[in-house]
Amino acid sequence: MADLSIDFAGIRSPNPFWLASAPPTNTGEQVMRAFDAGWGGAVWKTLGDPIMNVSSRFGAVDLGTYKMMGLNNIELISDRPLDVNLKEIYEVKKRYPKHALIASLMTETREDWRVLIKKAEDAGADGLELNFGCPHGMCERGMGSCVGQEPKLITEITSWAKEFAKTPVLIKLTPNTGDIVEVGLAAVAGGCDGLSLINTIKSIVGIDLDRMVALPRVGDASTNGGYCGPAVKPIALHLVAALARERGITVPISGIGGISNWRDAAEFIALGSTSVQVCTAVMHHGYRIVEDMIEGLNEFLDARGMKSVEQLRRAAIRSYREWGELDLGYKIVAQIDPKTCIGCQVCVTACNDGAHQCIFVGDEEKQRPPHAHTHGNAKPPQPFPVGLIAGERLPWIDEPECVGCNLCQLVCPVPGCITMKEVEGEAPHETWNDRTRDGRTKLPGGIHD
Amino acid sequence: MGELTSLLEGGRAEEALPDKKPLYSEAEARAEAERCLYCTDAPCIQACPTEIDIPTFIKKIASGNVRGSARTILEQNLLGYSCSRVCPVEELCAGSCVYVGWGREPIAIGRLQRFATETVLAEPTKSPGLRALYTPKPKIGKRVACIGGGPASLAFAGYLALEGVDAVVLEKRAIAGGLNATGIAPYKLHAAEAVREVEWVLDLGIELRRNVSVGEGGVRGAQLLTEYDAVFVGVGLGEDSRLGVPGEDGPGVIGAVDWIERMKLDPKTDKPRGRVVVVGGGNTAIDVARECAQLGAQDVVMVYRRTRDAMSGYAHELAAARKEGVRLLEQAVPVEVIRRQGALVAVRLARTEGGRPVPGTEWELACDQIIVAIGQSKLRAIAGELPGVELDAKGCVVADAATGQTGNPRVFAGGDCVNGGKEVVNAVADGRNAARHLIAQWKGSSNG
Ligand SMILES: Cc1cc2nc3c(=O)[nH]c(=O)nc-3n(C[C@H](O)[C@H](O)[C@H](O)COP(=O)(O)OP(=O)(O)OC[C@H]3O[C@@H](n4cnc5c(N)ncnc54)[C@H](O)[C@@H]3O)c2cc1C
Ligand SMILES: Cc1cc2nc3c(=O)[nH]c(=O)nc-3n(C[C@H](O)[C@H](O)[C@H](O)COP(=O)(O)O)c2cc1C
Ligand code: SF4
Ligand code: SF4
Ligand code: SF4
Repeated sequence: MADLSIDFAGIRSPNPFWLASAPPTNTGEQVMRAFDAGWGGAVWKTLGDPIMNVSSRFGAVDLGTYKMMGLNNIELISDRPLDVNLKEIYEVKKRYPKHALIASLMTETREDWRVLIKKAEDAGADGLELNFGCPHGMCERGMGSCVGQEPKLITEITSWAKEFAKTPVLIKLTPNTGDIVEVGLAAVAGGCDGLSLINTIKSIVGIDLDRMVALPRVGDASTNGGYCGPAVKPIALHLVAALARERGITVPISGIGGISNWRDAAEFIALGSTSVQVCTAVMHHGYRIVEDMIEGLNEFLDARGMKSVEQLRRAAIRSYREWGELDLGYKIVAQIDPKTCIGCQVCVTACNDGAHQCIFVGDEEKQRPPHAHTHGNAKPPQPFPVGLIAGERLPWIDEPECVGCNLCQLVCPVPGCITMKEVEGEAPHETWNDRTRDGRTKLPGGIHD
Repeated sequence: MGELTSLLEGGRAEEALPDKKPLYSEAEARAEAERCLYCTDAPCIQACPTEIDIPTFIKKIASGNVRGSARTILEQNLLGYSCSRVCPVEELCAGSCVYVGWGREPIAIGRLQRFATETVLAEPTKSPGLRALYTPKPKIGKRVACIGGGPASLAFAGYLALEGVDAVVLEKRAIAGGLNATGIAPYKLHAAEAVREVEWVLDLGIELRRNVSVGEGGVRGAQLLTEYDAVFVGVGLGEDSRLGVPGEDGPGVIGAVDWIERMKLDPKTDKPRGRVVVVGGGNTAIDVARECAQLGAQDVVMVYRRTRDAMSGYAHELAAARKEGVRLLEQAVPVEVIRRQGALVAVRLARTEGGRPVPGTEWELACDQIIVAIGQSKLRAIAGELPGVELDAKGCVVADAATGQTGNPRVFAGGDCVNGGKEVVNAVADGRNAARHLIAQWKGSSNG
């Protein structure tokens, strides 16, 4: 068993799995159940002056039979009295001293921040997370993502917090900004001890077409909300990686956004996260999912011979390069497994309409489209393969025309049926940056030719 | 290949019958796993006698955490592998899957369970067996003996071995596994596969003594009680019941469980030929009829004394039998076996009313073999071996439903010998519950 424990800017946690500040961390009773289920830490639902909420509050995007691949909310920060929350934080910390308990905070003036920070720390919080991310409601009042989009404000409020706080200060960033590195550096400049990202993405999740009101609907109106869940993971991964690569970001990162299982978590860690935070997946399936996350990550680390989760951290950073550093001579082509193909031919249409017109069916030669790069007809493979399941419906690839885009592989419903095979391409092994250095960036057929 | 597996000789009739539900590929398993809705308080769990957390193990298959999936299964059911193959899932977990009510194909829970357990336990790169997943706890200085090497005893011994108890299994046959090895229809589970699972369980450090019978002429119960801290009775049921009609003794008439055991284990037994009459209406009768049909018998007729609705055999099994060509004769009962120069030529049947023959309605059905599947006797003698252990009126061992404890506080019992004959999964549940109870008791007394 690998060592899953982490040290996040001095905050110790038995594992890297934390609950994000959201409904699953609304109350002490919930957080204690979550710790019993195995969560290593929790960021309390954001505290400040109590607010009022509306109903309904959530909207979702489903994919096939999979419910809630994306979730949108217009909920605000905690609507419970501050002293009740603080009493519960105290209670939880007393009963679970080894778990990481972080108070998420949001308020306005310097004096407000001073008092709020003192109260949270007096209650026993191990650390503070300043919510500069909420993209709805609170930002209209000059808080949340309104702060998170202004580097100067970030630096200023962070330095206030550092002045008042005895425990580590994390800054939760909003993805609703042009340059994540700029806001990340602003937080570091303010002296923060860690960064959490992403908060939700400003969004409209859908429209009730009968009433012509966006979702979630509040009476006869709606508003933009914050988007999260599995759908936002790729965006979050990119923003985390962008900060992890940046030399000036000297503090640990807590990765958030669409994490639902150990695989997602491992990916965030490989891109530089020290801890990960989860909200939507728990709102969907409950605290119980952490069992699989812990066990799956353990099995993965064991299988890789890694002794601790720390060894996984940043493992995929070195291979993350600029486009200009990619090998232009690397080439792959698609390959269909005749044993497992079911003959649905989804790939044929995808390649024909959406890629490079090089998947065919039938044992005769096929005429290539007029724009093809290769001369003559496409020749079926010899001996002609017959699918074990697909029979004559088994498609074949016209390899010389395949550009290795992988669209067919992505649409094939049978896992592992289409694989991409490495072949020696015609282009030399060089990068676009190599060509730029030698002044070979002009290709025939340009604007001025 | 383990020592037990190598005891099986080649050329057994059962080897001709292929798996009806082969092992899923990973892609098939994942695709099926993705369909599961991950229900809360899932009805499938409630329908499982060992209460396996089915959605959790399925979700783990979907996420690629197959070892975790196997753990979730085995934690509740150490014989989760054979159960995945022999359980009547249509009547249990899958039968109560929410998809059924929705009018869609239920999740193939049995096949997913087989995928997880077989993939992990038979993993070729590691030494196959339960130690691929578990390390038994340090010894606690307790010893138990299990009478009989069937599913009930193996579950009992296995869960205790995990807790650091020394367990010994005494099996009167040359092969262990109980009816899993000697009785299950081959298209569900072959003997070699049953025995392989026994080896996986023995891997936890359990000692198996084969060809050792407990009772008169063998090891005595009293001796076990002096040598061991506790004794578990998992002897199953006895010989096939007989028809009790004239002409029954002689070649051509055989008990069903006896016939199945030969078909599965004895290479010298021929495949059934000609016309076979199977007497009975339970699952054993249907199994035998299907096995004869699949092995190429010319004609297979099931003779049952009541109507189809009263049959204890499952409807889905009967439907499958009929597809394989088995005929069902309802409301008929054998009254005499007709022989010519000793050789079987026919069975004389009578129409029944309320299950009883009506005089004057007899007729003859020509046949070459009669297989009798009307139940098994009880192994009553075992009670006499162990003071305090009692039998009920039917001859079943009396044991507490929750703990398996008998009238003798150091003797536990479970499986067919207690319930009179249910499923493998019930036997496993009994063995496990008794083990858990015993461990709790020992821990409690050492604390107190
Ligand atoms: C033909 C047939 C088909 C079946 N098919 C299925 C099925 O498809 N699915 C399903 O779930 N269930 C099925 N069952 C039921 C299932 O096999 C039993 O419920 C289960 O095996 C009971 O387990 P057990 O451990 O109680 O007893 P058994 O499996 O009967 O094991 C008892 C063991 O004890 C040994 N033994 C007996 N007396 C002594 C002694 N004095 N000393 C030492 N050893 C002794 C026996 O040799 C035997 O190995 C079937 C049963 C039969 C008869
Ligand atoms: C209903 C709801 C309420 C939320 N409330 C807060 C909040 O009060 N403070 C905060 O920092 N983030 C809040 N978030 C954002 C989450 O903490 C998290 O950053 C985001 O949902 C992305 O993670 P996920 O994809 O795992 O859900 C909320 C999210 C949801 C869905
Ligand atoms: S999409 Fe996959 S399964 Fe369907 S025809 Fe293409 S290769 Fe075969
Ligand atoms: S990789 Fe792209 S170009 Fe090649 S066959 Fe597939 S879809 Fe067509
Ligand atoms: S009832 Fe069916 S869908 Fe629901 S958890 Fe069980 S197997 Fe999955």
